[in-house]
Amino acid sequence: MVGIDLLKVEGLDVSIAGRMILRDVNFRIDHGEFTGLIGSNGAGKTTLLRVILGVQEATRGRVSVHGQTLTRSNSSVGYVPQKVLFEPDLPVRVRDFVALGLDGGTFGVARRSRHSFELVDEMLEAVEASKLSNRRIGSLSGGEQQRVLVAHALVRKPELLLLDEPLASLDPGSAQEIIQLLHTVVVKQQVAVLMSAHEMNPLLPVMDRVVYVANGRVASGTTEEVVRSDVLSELYGHHVDVVRVHGRVLVVAGEGDHTKSTLADHPAVIVE
Amino acid sequence: MTNAWISGTVIATLVGVVGFFVVMRASSFAAHAIPNGAFAGAAGANLVGINPLFGLVIFALGAALGIGYSSRRTRSDVATALALVMMLALGAAFLATSNEYEPAINALLFGEILGVSSSEIVPVMVLAVVCALGLAVLYRPLLMSSISSELAVAQGVNVALIDVLFLVVLALSSALAVPVVGALLTFSLTIGPPAAARLLTNRPHRALACSMLLSLLTLWAAIASSYWSNLPIGFFVGTFSALVYLLARTWDTTRNRRLARTVA
Repeated sequence: MVGIDLLKVEGLDVSIAGRMILRDVNFRIDHGEFTGLIGSNGAGKTTLLRVILGVQEATRGRVSVHGQTLTRSNSSVGYVPQKVLFEPDLPVRVRDFVALGLDGGTFGVARRSRHSFELVDEMLEAVEASKLSNRRIGSLSGGEQQRVLVAHALVRKPELLLLDEPLASLDPGSAQEIIQLLHTVVVKQQVAVLMSAHEMNPLLPVMDRVVYVANGRVASGTTEEVVRSDVLSELYGHHVDVVRVHGRVLVVAGEGDHTKSTLADHPAVIVE
Repeated sequence: MTNAWISGTVIATLVGVVGFFVVMRASSFAAHAIPNGAFAGAAGANLVGINPLFGLVIFALGAALGIGYSSRRTRSDVATALALVMMLALGAAFLATSNEYEPAINALLFGEILGVSSSEIVPVMVLAVVCALGLAVLYRPLLMSSISSELAVAQGVNVALIDVLFLVVLALSSALAVPVVGALLTFSLTIGPPAAARLLTNRPHRALACSMLLSLLTLWAAIASSYWSNLPIGFFVGTFSALVYLLARTWDTTRNRRLARTVA
Protein backbone atom coordinates (compact mmCIF):
# COMPACT_ATOMS: atom_id res chain seq x y z
CA MET A 1 0.00 0.00 0.00
CA VAL A 2 2.94 2.32 -0.66
CA GLY A 3 1.79 5.77 -1.77
CA ILE A 4 -1.65 5.54 -0.15
CA ASP A 5 -2.21 7.23 3.22
CA LEU A 6 -3.02 4.88 6.06
CA LEU A 7 -5.80 7.19 7.27
CA LYS A 8 -7.31 10.03 5.31
CA VAL A 9 -10.03 12.32 6.68
CA GLU A 10 -11.58 14.57 4.05
CA GLY A 11 -14.10 17.39 4.43
CA LEU A 12 -15.60 15.92 7.58
CA ASP A 13 -18.56 17.63 9.26
CA VAL A 14 -20.14 16.16 12.38
CA SER A 15 -23.35 17.39 14.01
CA ILE A 16 -24.90 15.81 17.09
CA ALA A 17 -28.47 16.69 18.11
CA GLY A 18 -28.42 19.70 15.80
CA ARG A 19 -25.16 21.06 17.21
CA MET A 20 -22.16 21.32 14.90
CA ILE A 21 -19.22 19.62 16.65
CA LEU A 22 -16.66 19.47 13.83
CA ARG A 23 -16.46 21.46 10.57
CA ASP A 24 -14.52 20.65 7.41
CA VAL A 25 -11.91 18.46 9.10
CA ASN A 26 -9.06 17.33 6.85
CA PHE A 27 -5.90 15.45 7.79
CA ARG A 28 -3.98 12.28 7.04
CA ILE A 29 -1.82 9.84 8.93
CA ASP A 30 0.96 7.71 7.45
CA HIS A 31 2.14 4.27 8.48
CA GLY A 32 4.07 4.14 11.75
CA GLU A 33 3.44 7.80 12.66
CA PHE A 34 2.77 9.07 16.17
CA THR A 35 0.09 11.75 15.94
CA GLY A 36 -1.20 13.82 18.84
CA LEU A 37 -4.85 14.90 18.71
CA ILE A 38 -4.69 18.03 20.84
CA GLY A 39 -7.53 20.21 22.08
CA SER A 40 -9.27 21.40 25.21
CA ASN A 41 -12.02 19.42 26.97
CA GLY A 42 -15.15 19.40 24.82
CA ALA A 43 -13.31 20.41 21.63
CA GLY A 44 -14.57 17.30 19.77
CA LYS A 45 -11.57 14.97 20.08
CA THR A 46 -13.61 11.98 21.28
CA THR A 47 -16.23 12.62 18.58
CA LEU A 48 -13.52 12.64 15.91
CA LEU A 49 -12.07 9.35 17.23
CA ARG A 50 -15.55 7.79 17.29
CA VAL A 51 -16.14 8.80 13.67
CA ILE A 52 -12.80 7.28 12.65
CA LEU A 53 -13.73 4.14 14.58
CA GLY A 54 -17.02 3.96 12.68
CA VAL A 55 -19.36 4.15 15.68
CA GLN A 56 -20.42 7.80 15.09
CA GLU A 57 -21.81 8.90 11.75
CA ALA A 58 -20.42 11.96 10.03
CA THR A 59 -22.84 14.51 8.59
CA ARG A 60 -20.59 15.03 5.58
CA GLY A 61 -17.15 13.97 4.37
CA ARG A 62 -15.18 10.75 4.17
CA VAL A 63 -12.85 8.70 6.37
CA SER A 64 -10.75 6.13 4.54
CA VAL A 65 -8.14 3.57 5.56
CA HIS A 66 -5.81 2.49 2.73
CA GLY A 67 -8.09 4.41 0.38
CA GLN A 68 -11.14 2.32 1.33
CA THR A 69 -14.08 4.01 3.06
CA LEU A 70 -14.04 2.92 6.69
CA THR A 71 -16.64 0.44 7.90
CA ARG A 72 -17.63 -0.39 11.46
CA SER A 73 -15.38 -2.93 13.19
CA ASN A 74 -12.46 -2.59 10.83
CA SER A 75 -9.69 -4.85 12.11
CA SER A 76 -7.12 -2.32 10.82
CA VAL A 77 -8.15 0.04 13.61
CA GLY A 78 -7.65 -0.63 17.34
CA TYR A 79 -9.21 1.50 20.07
CA VAL A 80 -8.46 2.35 23.69
CA PRO A 81 -11.36 4.27 25.27
CA GLN A 82 -11.04 7.17 27.69
CA LYS A 83 -11.87 5.31 30.87
CA VAL A 84 -12.94 1.76 31.56
CA LEU A 85 -14.09 0.99 35.09
CA PHE A 86 -13.31 -2.61 36.00
CA GLU A 87 -14.92 -3.94 39.18
CA PRO A 88 -12.37 -5.40 41.61
CA ASP A 89 -14.29 -8.72 41.77
CA LEU A 90 -14.59 -9.14 37.99
CA PRO A 91 -13.64 -12.79 37.37
CA VAL A 92 -11.49 -12.00 34.35
CA ARG A 93 -7.71 -12.35 34.24
CA VAL A 94 -5.57 -9.99 32.23
CA ARG A 95 -4.82 -12.67 29.61
CA ASP A 96 -8.55 -13.54 29.29
CA PHE A 97 -9.29 -9.88 28.71
CA VAL A 98 -6.56 -9.47 26.08
CA ALA A 99 -7.76 -12.68 24.35
CA LEU A 100 -11.23 -11.14 24.11
CA GLY A 101 -9.60 -8.46 21.96
CA LEU A 102 -9.17 -11.24 19.38
CA ASP A 103 -12.56 -12.95 19.57
CA GLY A 104 -14.84 -10.86 21.83
CA GLY A 105 -16.99 -9.96 18.82
CA THR A 106 -17.33 -13.53 17.54
CA PHE A 107 -20.40 -15.62 18.33
CA GLY A 108 -20.02 -19.08 19.87
CA VAL A 109 -17.82 -20.79 22.44
CA ALA A 110 -15.11 -22.45 20.32
CA ARG A 111 -11.82 -23.17 22.11
CA ARG A 112 -9.01 -20.72 21.48
CA SER A 113 -6.09 -21.99 19.43
CA ARG A 114 -2.50 -22.15 20.65
CA HIS A 115 -1.71 -19.38 18.17
CA SER A 116 -4.28 -17.11 19.91
CA PHE A 117 -2.57 -17.58 23.27
CA GLU A 118 0.84 -16.98 21.67
CA LEU A 119 -0.48 -13.70 20.26
CA VAL A 120 -1.87 -12.73 23.67
CA ASP A 121 1.48 -13.46 25.36
CA GLU A 122 3.31 -11.55 22.62
CA MET A 123 1.13 -8.47 23.14
CA LEU A 124 1.47 -8.60 26.92
CA GLU A 125 5.22 -8.74 26.43
CA ALA A 126 5.07 -5.82 23.98
CA VAL A 127 3.39 -3.64 26.63
CA GLU A 128 5.67 -5.02 29.38
CA ALA A 129 2.73 -6.55 31.24
CA SER A 130 3.62 -10.27 31.12
CA LYS A 131 3.90 -10.44 34.88
CA LEU A 132 0.30 -9.21 35.21
CA SER A 133 -1.19 -11.93 33.00
CA ASN A 134 -2.81 -13.95 35.82
CA ARG A 135 -4.01 -10.96 37.88
CA ARG A 136 -7.66 -9.90 37.98
CA ILE A 137 -8.12 -7.01 35.56
CA GLY A 138 -9.96 -5.01 38.26
CA SER A 139 -7.06 -5.29 40.72
CA LEU A 140 -4.60 -3.35 38.53
CA SER A 141 -3.49 0.26 39.01
CA GLY A 142 -4.50 2.94 36.46
CA GLY A 143 -1.17 2.74 34.63
CA GLU A 144 -1.24 -1.07 34.54
CA GLN A 145 -4.80 -1.02 33.20
CA GLN A 146 -3.74 1.35 30.40
CA ARG A 147 -0.99 -1.09 29.36
CA VAL A 148 -3.49 -3.96 29.30
CA LEU A 149 -6.02 -1.89 27.33
CA VAL A 150 -3.29 -1.18 24.77
CA ALA A 151 -2.50 -4.92 24.56
CA HIS A 152 -6.25 -5.65 24.13
CA ALA A 153 -6.37 -3.16 21.22
CA LEU A 154 -3.12 -4.38 19.63
CA VAL A 155 -3.81 -8.11 19.72
CA ARG A 156 -5.70 -8.02 16.41
CA LYS A 157 -2.58 -6.45 14.86
CA PRO A 158 -4.19 -3.18 13.76
CA GLU A 159 -2.27 -0.72 11.63
CA LEU A 160 -3.78 2.29 13.39
CA LEU A 161 -4.29 2.60 17.13
CA LEU A 162 -6.72 5.23 18.44
CA LEU A 163 -6.31 6.25 22.08
CA ASP A 164 -8.77 8.57 23.81
CA GLU A 165 -7.03 10.54 26.58
CA PRO A 166 -5.04 7.59 27.95
CA LEU A 167 -3.04 9.93 30.20
CA ALA A 168 -6.09 11.38 31.96
CA SER A 169 -6.07 10.56 35.68
CA LEU A 170 -2.54 9.11 35.55
CA ASP A 171 0.24 10.53 37.70
CA PRO A 172 3.09 12.19 35.70
CA GLY A 173 5.39 9.17 36.14
CA SER A 174 2.83 6.67 34.85
CA ALA A 175 1.90 9.07 32.02
CA GLN A 176 5.53 9.23 30.88
CA GLU A 177 5.77 5.43 31.02
CA ILE A 178 2.66 5.07 28.81
CA ILE A 179 4.02 7.60 26.28
CA GLN A 180 7.36 5.79 26.07
CA LEU A 181 5.56 2.46 25.77
CA LEU A 182 3.41 3.77 22.88
CA HIS A 183 6.49 5.18 21.18
CA THR A 184 8.16 1.77 21.42
CA VAL A 185 5.02 0.13 20.00
CA VAL A 186 5.02 2.57 17.08
CA VAL A 187 8.67 1.84 16.31
CA LYS A 188 8.72 -1.93 16.87
CA GLN A 189 5.29 -2.90 15.53
CA GLN A 190 5.01 -0.21 12.86
CA VAL A 191 1.58 0.79 14.18
CA ALA A 192 0.42 4.35 13.61
CA VAL A 193 -0.93 6.01 16.76
CA LEU A 194 -3.55 8.77 16.98
CA MET A 195 -3.72 9.78 20.63
CA SER A 196 -5.92 12.50 22.08
CA ALA A 197 -4.72 14.69 24.92
CA HIS A 198 -5.51 18.16 26.19
CA GLU A 199 -1.89 18.75 27.21
CA MET A 200 0.61 18.49 24.34
CA ASN A 201 3.91 18.94 26.21
CA PRO A 202 4.33 15.33 27.38
CA LEU A 203 3.91 14.21 23.75
CA LEU A 204 6.40 16.65 22.17
CA PRO A 205 9.41 14.28 22.26
CA VAL A 206 7.56 11.48 20.43
CA MET A 207 5.03 13.26 18.21
CA ASP A 208 5.59 13.14 14.42
CA ARG A 209 2.48 15.14 13.67
CA VAL A 210 -0.17 17.10 15.52
CA VAL A 211 -3.88 17.43 14.79
CA TYR A 212 -5.00 20.51 16.74
CA VAL A 213 -8.75 20.87 17.37
CA ALA A 214 -10.34 24.18 18.36
CA ASN A 215 -13.67 25.85 17.62
CA GLY A 216 -14.80 22.70 15.78
CA ARG A 217 -11.99 23.11 13.24
CA VAL A 218 -8.68 21.34 12.81
CA ALA A 219 -5.11 22.26 11.85
CA SER A 220 -2.67 19.46 11.14
CA GLY A 221 1.01 19.06 10.33
CA THR A 222 4.26 18.85 12.26
CA THR A 223 4.40 20.64 15.63
CA GLU A 224 6.49 23.41 14.04
CA GLU A 225 3.92 23.88 11.26
CA VAL A 226 0.83 23.92 13.49
CA VAL A 227 1.77 25.23 16.92
CA ARG A 228 2.45 28.75 15.68
CA SER A 229 0.80 32.02 16.56
CA ASP A 230 -0.60 32.66 13.06
CA VAL A 231 -2.04 29.15 12.57
CA LEU A 232 -3.64 28.90 16.02
CA SER A 233 -4.93 32.51 15.87
CA GLU A 234 -6.70 31.59 12.62
CA LEU A 235 -8.06 28.42 14.22
CA TYR A 236 -9.34 30.11 17.36
CA GLY A 237 -10.61 33.16 15.47
CA HIS A 238 -8.63 35.65 17.57
CA HIS A 239 -5.02 36.37 18.41
CA VAL A 240 -3.05 33.84 20.46
CA ASP A 241 0.67 33.74 21.24
CA VAL A 242 2.79 30.62 21.24
CA VAL A 243 5.64 30.77 23.74
CA ARG A 244 8.39 28.17 24.01
CA VAL A 245 10.01 27.90 27.45
CA HIS A 246 12.63 25.25 28.32
CA GLY A 247 11.38 22.97 25.54
CA ARG A 248 7.74 23.37 26.62
CA VAL A 249 5.08 25.03 24.52
CA LEU A 250 2.63 27.50 26.03
CA VAL A 251 -0.33 28.74 24.01
CA VAL A 252 -1.58 31.96 25.61
CA ALA A 253 -4.32 34.42 24.79
CA GLY A 254 -3.25 37.52 22.91
CA GLU A 255 -3.26 41.11 24.25
CA GLY A 256 -6.51 42.13 25.91
CA ASP A 257 -8.00 38.64 25.98
CA HIS A 258 -6.48 37.34 29.24
CA THR A 259 -9.61 37.87 31.33
CA LYS A 260 -11.60 35.47 29.11
CA SER A 261 -9.65 32.36 30.05
CA THR A 262 -11.93 29.33 29.63
CA LEU A 263 -9.32 26.63 30.02
CA ALA A 264 -8.43 26.99 33.66
CA ASP A 265 -8.02 23.24 33.93
CA HIS A 266 -5.42 23.34 31.22
CA PRO A 267 -1.93 24.22 32.47
CA ALA A 268 -0.21 24.53 29.09
CA VAL A 269 -2.85 25.94 26.80
CA ILE A 270 -4.60 29.15 27.70
CA VAL A 271 -6.88 30.45 25.01
CA GLU A 272 -9.60 33.12 25.05
CA MET B 1 -41.31 -34.90 44.32
CA THR B 2 -39.37 -36.43 41.41
CA ASN B 3 -40.63 -33.58 39.24
CA ALA B 4 -39.22 -31.09 41.74
CA TRP B 5 -35.76 -32.71 41.62
CA ILE B 6 -35.72 -32.94 37.82
CA SER B 7 -37.05 -29.45 37.17
CA GLY B 8 -35.03 -28.03 40.08
CA THR B 9 -31.81 -29.45 38.65
CA VAL B 10 -32.52 -28.05 35.18
CA ILE B 11 -33.63 -24.66 36.52
CA ALA B 12 -30.70 -24.26 38.96
CA THR B 13 -28.15 -25.10 36.25
CA LEU B 14 -29.68 -22.57 33.87
CA VAL B 15 -30.13 -19.86 36.50
CA GLY B 16 -26.49 -20.37 37.56
CA VAL B 17 -25.35 -19.45 34.04
CA VAL B 18 -27.85 -16.63 33.52
CA GLY B 19 -27.07 -15.23 36.99
CA PHE B 20 -23.35 -15.13 36.18
CA PHE B 21 -24.09 -12.64 33.41
CA VAL B 22 -26.73 -10.79 35.45
CA VAL B 23 -24.09 -10.00 38.09
CA MET B 24 -21.44 -9.20 35.44
CA ARG B 25 -23.81 -6.76 33.72
CA ALA B 26 -25.13 -5.22 36.97
CA SER B 27 -28.66 -6.21 35.88
CA SER B 28 -29.88 -7.24 39.34
CA PHE B 29 -32.87 -4.92 39.25
CA ALA B 30 -34.09 -6.45 35.98
CA ALA B 31 -33.52 -9.92 37.47
CA HIS B 32 -35.77 -8.86 40.37
CA ALA B 33 -38.41 -7.14 38.26
CA ILE B 34 -38.93 -9.82 35.58
CA PRO B 35 -40.00 -12.74 37.84
CA ASN B 36 -42.18 -10.40 39.88
CA GLY B 37 -43.81 -9.16 36.70
CA ALA B 38 -44.13 -12.73 35.42
CA PHE B 39 -46.16 -13.55 38.52
CA ALA B 40 -48.97 -11.45 37.05
CA GLY B 41 -48.87 -13.71 33.98
CA ALA B 42 -49.39 -16.81 36.13
CA ALA B 43 -52.25 -15.08 37.97
CA GLY B 44 -53.80 -14.13 34.62
CA ALA B 45 -53.38 -17.68 33.28
CA ASN B 46 -55.13 -19.06 36.37
CA LEU B 47 -57.95 -16.60 35.83
CA VAL B 48 -58.60 -17.72 32.24
CA GLY B 49 -57.89 -21.37 33.05
CA ILE B 50 -54.74 -22.05 31.01
CA ASN B 51 -51.38 -23.52 32.07
CA PRO B 52 -49.65 -20.93 34.35
CA LEU B 53 -46.32 -21.61 32.64
CA PHE B 54 -47.67 -19.99 29.44
CA GLY B 55 -48.74 -16.92 31.39
CA LEU B 56 -45.34 -16.75 33.08
CA VAL B 57 -43.44 -17.00 29.79
CA ILE B 58 -45.61 -14.43 28.00
CA PHE B 59 -45.48 -11.85 30.81
CA ALA B 60 -41.76 -12.40 31.48
CA LEU B 61 -41.01 -11.90 27.77
CA GLY B 62 -43.26 -8.83 27.71
CA ALA B 63 -41.41 -7.37 30.70
CA ALA B 64 -38.00 -8.14 29.16
CA LEU B 65 -38.85 -6.60 25.79
CA GLY B 66 -40.47 -3.59 27.48
CA ILE B 67 -37.37 -3.01 29.62
CA GLY B 68 -35.05 -3.51 26.63
CA TYR B 69 -37.03 -1.08 24.45
CA SER B 70 -37.50 1.61 27.11
CA SER B 71 -33.88 1.42 28.30
CA ARG B 72 -32.80 2.81 24.89
CA ARG B 73 -34.89 5.90 25.54
CA THR B 74 -34.64 6.52 29.26
CA ARG B 75 -32.59 5.43 32.28
CA SER B 76 -32.65 1.66 32.55
CA ASP B 77 -33.57 1.64 36.27
CA VAL B 78 -36.57 3.88 35.56
CA ALA B 79 -37.65 1.67 32.63
CA THR B 80 -37.29 -1.45 34.80
CA ALA B 81 -39.22 0.09 37.71
CA LEU B 82 -42.06 1.17 35.42
CA ALA B 83 -42.28 -2.30 33.83
CA LEU B 84 -42.34 -3.84 37.32
CA VAL B 85 -45.11 -1.64 38.74
CA MET B 86 -47.23 -2.05 35.62
CA MET B 87 -46.99 -5.85 35.84
CA LEU B 88 -47.67 -5.86 39.60
CA ALA B 89 -50.74 -3.68 39.06
CA LEU B 90 -52.02 -6.16 36.48
CA GLY B 91 -51.26 -9.02 38.90
CA ALA B 92 -53.25 -7.29 41.64
CA ALA B 93 -56.20 -6.86 39.26
CA PHE B 94 -56.05 -10.53 38.16
CA LEU B 95 -55.90 -11.74 41.77
CA ALA B 96 -58.79 -9.52 42.82
CA THR B 97 -61.03 -11.01 40.15
CA SER B 98 -59.80 -14.58 40.59
CA ASN B 99 -61.39 -17.32 42.70
CA GLU B 100 -58.00 -18.90 43.44
CA TYR B 101 -57.41 -20.19 46.91
CA GLU B 102 -54.81 -18.46 49.05
CA PRO B 103 -52.40 -21.46 49.03
CA ALA B 104 -52.11 -21.32 45.23
CA ILE B 105 -51.22 -17.63 45.37
CA ASN B 106 -48.74 -18.26 48.18
CA ALA B 107 -47.12 -21.01 46.10
CA LEU B 108 -46.62 -18.60 43.19
CA LEU B 109 -45.13 -15.97 45.46
CA PHE B 110 -42.95 -18.08 47.75
CA GLY B 111 -42.39 -21.30 45.80
CA GLU B 112 -43.71 -24.83 45.95
CA ILE B 113 -41.69 -28.02 45.64
CA LEU B 114 -44.65 -29.56 43.86
CA GLY B 115 -44.93 -26.46 41.66
CA VAL B 116 -44.07 -28.31 38.45
CA SER B 117 -46.45 -31.00 37.23
CA SER B 118 -45.45 -34.01 35.10
CA SER B 119 -46.97 -32.36 32.03
CA GLU B 120 -44.71 -29.32 32.49
CA ILE B 121 -41.41 -31.21 32.66
CA VAL B 122 -41.04 -31.41 28.86
CA PRO B 123 -41.80 -27.69 28.21
CA VAL B 124 -39.40 -26.79 31.05
CA MET B 125 -36.66 -28.94 29.48
CA VAL B 126 -37.28 -27.53 25.99
CA LEU B 127 -37.20 -23.91 27.18
CA ALA B 128 -34.06 -24.59 29.24
CA VAL B 129 -32.30 -26.10 26.20
CA VAL B 130 -33.34 -23.08 24.07
CA CYS B 131 -31.88 -20.73 26.72
CA ALA B 132 -28.66 -22.76 27.01
CA LEU B 133 -28.17 -22.78 23.23
CA GLY B 134 -28.88 -19.05 23.10
CA LEU B 135 -26.28 -18.37 25.78
CA ALA B 136 -23.73 -20.60 24.02
CA VAL B 137 -24.16 -18.63 20.79
CA LEU B 138 -24.03 -15.25 22.55
CA TYR B 139 -21.25 -16.22 24.96
CA ARG B 140 -18.26 -14.17 23.80
CA PRO B 141 -20.01 -10.94 22.70
CA LEU B 142 -22.10 -11.19 25.89
CA LEU B 143 -18.96 -11.55 28.02
CA MET B 144 -17.20 -8.73 26.16
CA SER B 145 -20.14 -6.34 26.46
CA SER B 146 -20.56 -7.29 30.13
CA ILE B 147 -16.95 -6.22 30.79
CA SER B 148 -17.17 -2.99 28.77
CA SER B 149 -19.92 -2.05 26.35
CA GLU B 150 -17.70 0.66 24.82
CA LEU B 151 -14.95 -1.83 23.99
CA ALA B 152 -17.54 -4.27 22.66
CA VAL B 153 -18.97 -1.59 20.35
CA ALA B 154 -15.44 -0.84 19.12
CA GLN B 155 -15.10 -4.53 18.23
CA GLY B 156 -18.27 -4.40 16.15
CA VAL B 157 -20.63 -5.97 18.71
CA ASN B 158 -24.26 -4.82 18.37
CA VAL B 159 -24.60 -4.13 22.08
CA ALA B 160 -28.27 -3.07 21.88
CA LEU B 161 -29.19 -6.41 20.27
CA ILE B 162 -27.12 -8.38 22.79
CA ASP B 163 -28.89 -6.50 25.64
CA VAL B 164 -32.34 -7.46 24.36
CA LEU B 165 -31.42 -11.08 23.59
CA PHE B 166 -29.96 -11.49 27.07
CA LEU B 167 -33.12 -10.04 28.64
CA VAL B 168 -35.15 -12.60 26.66
CA VAL B 169 -33.00 -15.44 28.06
CA LEU B 170 -33.34 -13.94 31.55
CA ALA B 171 -37.12 -13.78 31.07
CA LEU B 172 -37.36 -17.43 30.02
CA SER B 173 -35.16 -18.66 32.87
CA SER B 174 -37.19 -16.59 35.36
CA ALA B 175 -40.45 -18.01 34.00
CA LEU B 176 -39.10 -21.53 34.56
CA ALA B 177 -37.90 -20.78 38.09
CA VAL B 178 -41.01 -19.01 39.42
CA PRO B 179 -43.28 -22.11 39.83
CA VAL B 180 -40.63 -23.84 41.98
CA VAL B 181 -38.78 -21.04 43.78
CA GLY B 182 -41.53 -18.41 43.79
CA ALA B 183 -41.79 -14.98 42.17
CA LEU B 184 -40.42 -13.07 45.15
CA LEU B 185 -37.30 -15.19 45.69
CA THR B 186 -36.25 -16.41 42.23
CA PHE B 187 -34.10 -13.29 42.24
CA SER B 188 -32.06 -14.57 45.21
CA LEU B 189 -31.00 -17.70 43.26
CA THR B 190 -30.08 -15.51 40.27
CA ILE B 191 -27.79 -13.29 42.36
CA GLY B 192 -26.45 -15.15 45.44
CA PRO B 193 -24.56 -18.15 43.96
CA PRO B 194 -23.18 -16.23 40.92
CA ALA B 195 -21.98 -13.36 43.14
CA ALA B 196 -20.28 -15.92 45.39
CA ALA B 197 -18.71 -17.74 42.42
CA ARG B 198 -16.90 -14.65 41.16
CA LEU B 199 -15.15 -14.33 44.51
CA LEU B 200 -13.80 -17.87 44.32
CA THR B 201 -11.92 -17.69 41.02
CA ASN B 202 -10.51 -15.09 38.62
CA ARG B 203 -11.28 -17.08 35.45
CA PRO B 204 -14.59 -16.56 33.61
CA HIS B 205 -15.13 -20.22 32.63
CA ARG B 206 -14.41 -21.46 36.13
CA ALA B 207 -16.61 -18.76 37.67
CA LEU B 208 -19.41 -19.86 35.33
CA ALA B 209 -18.99 -23.53 36.31
CA CYS B 210 -18.75 -22.58 39.98
CA SER B 211 -21.92 -20.49 39.69
CA MET B 212 -23.83 -23.47 38.23
CA LEU B 213 -22.55 -25.78 40.98
CA LEU B 214 -23.39 -23.40 43.84
CA SER B 215 -26.80 -22.73 42.32
CA LEU B 216 -27.47 -26.48 42.10
CA LEU B 217 -26.35 -27.12 45.68
CA THR B 218 -28.46 -24.19 46.92
CA LEU B 219 -31.62 -25.41 45.20
CA TRP B 220 -31.12 -29.08 46.11
CA ALA B 221 -30.57 -28.14 49.77
CA ALA B 222 -33.63 -25.88 49.63
CA ILE B 223 -35.87 -28.62 48.11
CA ALA B 224 -34.75 -31.12 50.79
CA SER B 225 -35.18 -28.59 53.63
CA SER B 226 -38.62 -27.56 52.37
CA TYR B 227 -39.72 -31.19 52.11
CA TRP B 228 -38.67 -31.98 55.69
CA SER B 229 -39.80 -28.73 57.32
CA ASN B 230 -42.95 -27.95 55.32
CA LEU B 231 -41.80 -24.33 55.05
CA PRO B 232 -41.88 -22.61 51.62
CA ILE B 233 -38.92 -23.45 49.38
CA GLY B 234 -38.40 -19.75 48.62
CA PHE B 235 -37.45 -19.15 52.26
CA PHE B 236 -34.64 -21.71 52.02
CA VAL B 237 -33.47 -20.57 48.58
CA GLY B 238 -33.20 -16.97 49.81
CA THR B 239 -31.45 -17.94 53.06
CA PHE B 240 -29.01 -20.41 51.49
CA SER B 241 -28.18 -18.01 48.61
CA ALA B 242 -27.26 -15.26 51.07
CA LEU B 243 -25.31 -17.76 53.18
CA VAL B 244 -23.32 -19.01 50.18
CA TYR B 245 -22.39 -15.42 49.34
CA LEU B 246 -21.40 -14.61 52.93
CA LEU B 247 -19.20 -17.71 53.12
CA ALA B 248 -17.49 -16.84 49.82
CA ARG B 249 -16.97 -13.23 50.91
CA THR B 250 -15.47 -14.37 54.23
CA TRP B 251 -13.15 -16.79 52.42
CA ASP B 252 -12.08 -14.08 49.95
CA THR B 253 -11.41 -11.53 52.72
CA THR B 254 -9.39 -14.04 54.77
CA ARG B 255 -7.36 -15.05 51.72
CA ASN B 256 -6.62 -11.41 50.82
CA ARG B 257 -5.49 -10.63 54.38
CA ARG B 258 -3.21 -13.66 54.37
CA LEU B 259 -1.75 -12.59 50.99
CA ALA B 260 -1.21 -9.04 52.26
CA ARG B 261 0.63 -10.38 55.31
CA THR B 262 2.81 -12.58 53.08
CA VAL B 263 3.72 -9.62 50.84
CA ALA B 264 4.46 -7.39 53.88
